[in-house]
Amino acid sequence: MSVTREVMLEQWERPSFSQRLSHWDRLWMLLVMASSIYIGWWYYADMDSYEIAIQAGSSVALIAWGIYWKPARLFTLAVAALTALALWRYGVDYELRLGDFWLKYFLESQAAFMWMSALYVLATVTYFAALFAQSAFIGQTATALTWCATAMGLTGLLVRWRESYLLGADIGHIPVSNLYEVFILFALITALLYLFYEDRHRTRSMGGFALLVISAAVAFLLWYTFDREAHHIQPLIPALQSYWMKIHVPANFIGYGAFALAAMLGVAYLLQNWIGTRWPSGRLARVLPPLDLLDDVMYKAIALGFAAFTLATILGALWAAEAWGGYWSWDPKETWALIVWLNYAAWLHLRMTKGWRGAPMAWWAVIGLFVTLFAFLGVNMFLSGLHSYGTL
Amino acid sequence: MNDTTACKPAHPRTLGWVWLEFFGSMNLAITLLVVIAVASVIGTVLQQNQPYPDYVLKFGPFWFEVFRQLGLYDVYGAGWFIGILAFLILSTSVCIYRQAPILWREMTRFRTLVRLESLRGFHQQAEWCLPGQGTSRVQEIVEGLLRISGYRWRVEDHGDHRVIAATKGRFSRLGYLCTHAAIVVIGIGGLLDGNLWLKLKEWSGDLRIETRDLAARDLPPESRLTPGAVPAFRGHVMLPEGAAANFVFLRIRDGFVLQELPFAIELKDFQVTYYDTGQPKSFASQVLIHDQEHLGDQPLAATIRVNHPLVYRGYAIYQSDFGDGGSKLDMQAWPLLAPQAEPVVVRGEIGNTLKIGETAAPLTLELDQFRLFNLLPEPGAQPGERKFRNFGPSFGFKLRNAAGEAREYFNYMAPAQLEGRWFYISGMRTQPGEPFTYLHIPADAKNSPARFLRFNARLRDGSWLHDWLARSPAPGDTSDFQHDFNQVRLNLLELFTQGGFAAVTERAKAVVPADRLKEATTLYLSILRDTLAEVFIEVLREENIDLAQGVAEREEAFFNDAVSALAVLPNYGSPFYLQLSTFQQVEASGLQVTRSGGAVVVYIGFALLIIGVFVMFYTSHRRLWIWLADEEDATRMVLAGVGSRRPVEFVGEFAALKAALEQRIGI
Ligand code: HEM
Repeated sequence: MSVTREVMLEQWERPSFSQRLSHWDRLWMLLVMASSIYIGWWYYADMDSYEIAIQAGSSVALIAWGIYWKPARLFTLAVAALTALALWRYGVDYELRLGDFWLKYFLESQAAFMWMSALYVLATVTYFAALFAQSAFIGQTATALTWCATAMGLTGLLVRWRESYLLGADIGHIPVSNLYEVFILFALITALLYLFYEDRHRTRSMGGFALLVISAAVAFLLWYTFDREAHHIQPLIPALQSYWMKIHVPANFIGYGAFALAAMLGVAYLLQNWIGTRWPSGRLARVLPPLDLLDDVMYKAIALGFAAFTLATILGALWAAEAWGGYWSWDPKETWALIVWLNYAAWLHLRMTKGWRGAPMAWWAVIGLFVTLFAFLGVNMFLSGLHSYGTL
Repeated sequence: MNDTTACKPAHPRTLGWVWLEFFGSMNLAITLLVVIAVASVIGTVLQQNQPYPDYVLKFGPFWFEVFRQLGLYDVYGAGWFIGILAFLILSTSVCIYRQAPILWREMTRFRTLVRLESLRGFHQQAEWCLPGQGTSRVQEIVEGLLRISGYRWRVEDHGDHRVIAATKGRFSRLGYLCTHAAIVVIGIGGLLDGNLWLKLKEWSGDLRIETRDLAARDLPPESRLTPGAVPAFRGHVMLPEGAAANFVFLRIRDGFVLQELPFAIELKDFQVTYYDTGQPKSFASQVLIHDQEHLGDQPLAATIRVNHPLVYRGYAIYQSDFGDGGSKLDMQAWPLLAPQAEPVVVRGEIGNTLKIGETAAPLTLELDQFRLFNLLPEPGAQPGERKFRNFGPSFGFKLRNAAGEAREYFNYMAPAQLEGRWFYISGMRTQPGEPFTYLHIPADAKNSPARFLRFNARLRDGSWLHDWLARSPAPGDTSDFQHDFNQVRLNLLELFTQGGFAAVTERAKAVVPADRLKEATTLYLSILRDTLAEVFIEVLREENIDLAQGVAEREEAFFNDAVSALAVLPNYGSPFYLQLSTFQQVEASGLQVTRSGGAVVVYIGFALLIIGVFVMFYTSHRRLWIWLADEEDATRMVLAGVGSRRPVEFVGEFAALKAALEQRIGI
């Protein structure tokens, strides 16, 4: 543990919650509240009670997030500033995306996604470079690149949200409605989860592995954009016109992102395990992340993923009750969600009650990714059912 | 250290205990989780609840029967699957039954009876020998620290030593209880809402599944369920606009039963709205609920949309799909194989079966579907290019001959523009599920298929052709040659109209020696083409088109398209082309009506599950022991602790605690 003794003492003698808040924390609270009230004041007339509740809820969540994890604040501010800039440049004219310099090259959603893609791939390479060169500076660069990529991606999504309204008031919707959009969400969430663990465990050694799966998502996204032209904003089909979508889909992707991260840590684990037994004193064994770190973070990621996935599945069931007349219809997507869930429930049981650790659990986490991937992609591609949107 | 007390036997081994141990065993639980996961896969790979003939077609009669016996066409309703689920519920219940007392003890009691040796064996432990400190003073300091750290503790004096047992976050243990109780609760709720009731009624002989294609009113009483007969069902009814129903159908395996409702649903209007792009934007049914008992004469008006059901007296009514409720179509049947080009008027409704054609070879025309919009990818667009075009209204029908064989047709009402020219498009297939093959009838200047059909009729009109040949001179100067040549022309036309170009080349193969075949075929085809062109010019003349400047480019293109269409006409298989002239659309709305008595139970289970999972993962039960003993002039202190859930975090916490203690005592 690289925490100083003083910090530990401080942590130990827990003052009350409000005493623990720094000036920055208070400022953050004020800022979020002020912006939320400002936005609410402007759009109050157009919001129904759900939307007001959602806005209030997300403001509280944002405050909590920023206090719980400090880097989230700068990130939020950067994204907010970039998005505001884009919205200001846009005004009410969608066609400006091709004419305005800022929009065309930086902030129009497609441009932002291209930046995101490039930066993620660059960050992946940089993380590995940092690992092999054992250079703190390169490591910091990699982290910065990942943050920038994530900021561009999230900005892109928010801008796309606005763009959908510019296309037509009845077309506007949150960009989590098809495979293209959720792939971006997947990359962003996986990156944020990784950055969180990087920060909490004060090590960048896992970065390359985590970013590898994000780069794979980016590769898919590029293919999907250029080969399939899937990036066009499409109006929402009636089945998706529901506020449930706004929470069900992101909750699901916290789950998918966490499982993907766990699987990549599983890969790192297996690699380290293999190299550690072959060449225990070799350079690789020294630079790769240590086994118990990987094991611990893998468990945490799966636990978080499981919790989020539980929530998402329940939200999905509630939505299904409203849209299809039953909370459970054994539709292929639902069924695969259950399969994923049962799979990780079994994983957690073996770990918690049987005390399984090490390579078998790492293998299982890797296999879990394929199960998850099938639920996420395979069902859309190969099976037909009520969830029949977002085909390739 | 492993404090996750899995179910361990602590009782004598009676038979009941052995069973209890079996059901509550972790291995069984994990096995069940995996078995359910695998069984669920089957149901997603094999499409469920399809009509049985489809399965027979797919697997053949032998495997069809095997799979049917295994219940694979409705896996999630199969006895064995429900059995496994019930097993999981049982196993989880047993596990809770055996764990709960243990957890309760851990939560409520302080374990002050510990041995020094076992404390020393903890991963997290520290030991000090503190000279010049009294036990009581140390105890005070420890208690002060525990207090500000949020621990609860109890001290027990064992004479030669004291033990302080402290715990924090003990309710973390409830997480396990909540999660696992949730599984049981959700499971029970789910079983209540499943098809268990129907199965019971079926087994007891109260219910018979109807497999014949009967109308609702003809259904015998043993295939009907009165309102409230089962607490949960999911049924479906298709209502045409203006119609009402007080029942829904429940699909079961290859048949159905009827569930009566205590009220009637009347469909006033079904509306589909569209985005500018032509994709559907909303499906909405305006309904009236008639219920004498509860509403009197005043029906309840409501709009049901996707994602916005109507809940009435515990019955939820959803928009599920839509169809045709008997749209009225006015059509013109243009003969394709006869020498006339006068259409016959045909009237019908979707769902009707009409007799058509001569009495010698009657055909039945089954009007199947009508569509107002046909949003299709733009022809010729690249696969990724997402360009769509609305091809307008269309209707589909089957033509069945006396032997019962049917061909399926799909005609658009309006001509569509392809490569700059306009065509009436008609699709045909002989097998359901196959792709359609298309006939493209060129539209004339008046946007009608009339010219093509007149051209076609002329080609089949023997007496007209004779007259025309008599009028138009054939090449050559002897009348014998002219006669022979005309005969060749007539033969070629006949071959072509009966069998397309293929018939012409076939004939050439039959009559010409192989070495001259190529040459002869070319000659035949060119004669045929010239003849067709001349007939076409006659058709144009009859339209009073001025041909002094030659045939215009547009007419030439029309001719080429017409010849292509004529060439495929022999395979079209219908003696007429059915053109839709006007329609009156009557829509039908597919409504799903459900009752789920177990939903409340399930939702309670959901709440428990969410609470349980988060408590389990994100709270941690921490326990500390401080062992104090006086030694001569010194105090021996042993500190040991375990954290239940987040061992790595606990290491840091323990270190901080240790440091704080040392600081306070002044080591
Ligand atoms: C669908 C069924 C089940 C689900 C989803 C489920 C879920 C879970 C989860 C998520 C955990 C937490 C693992 C962790 O702390 O990381 C857990 C723990 C546990 N489960 Fe289950 N479980 C199920 C059925 C069962 C059954 C049938 C048994 C009994 C044999 C059982 C016994 C246990 C025990 C003993 C623990 C450890 C409790 C603790 O340490 O506090 N579970 N379960």
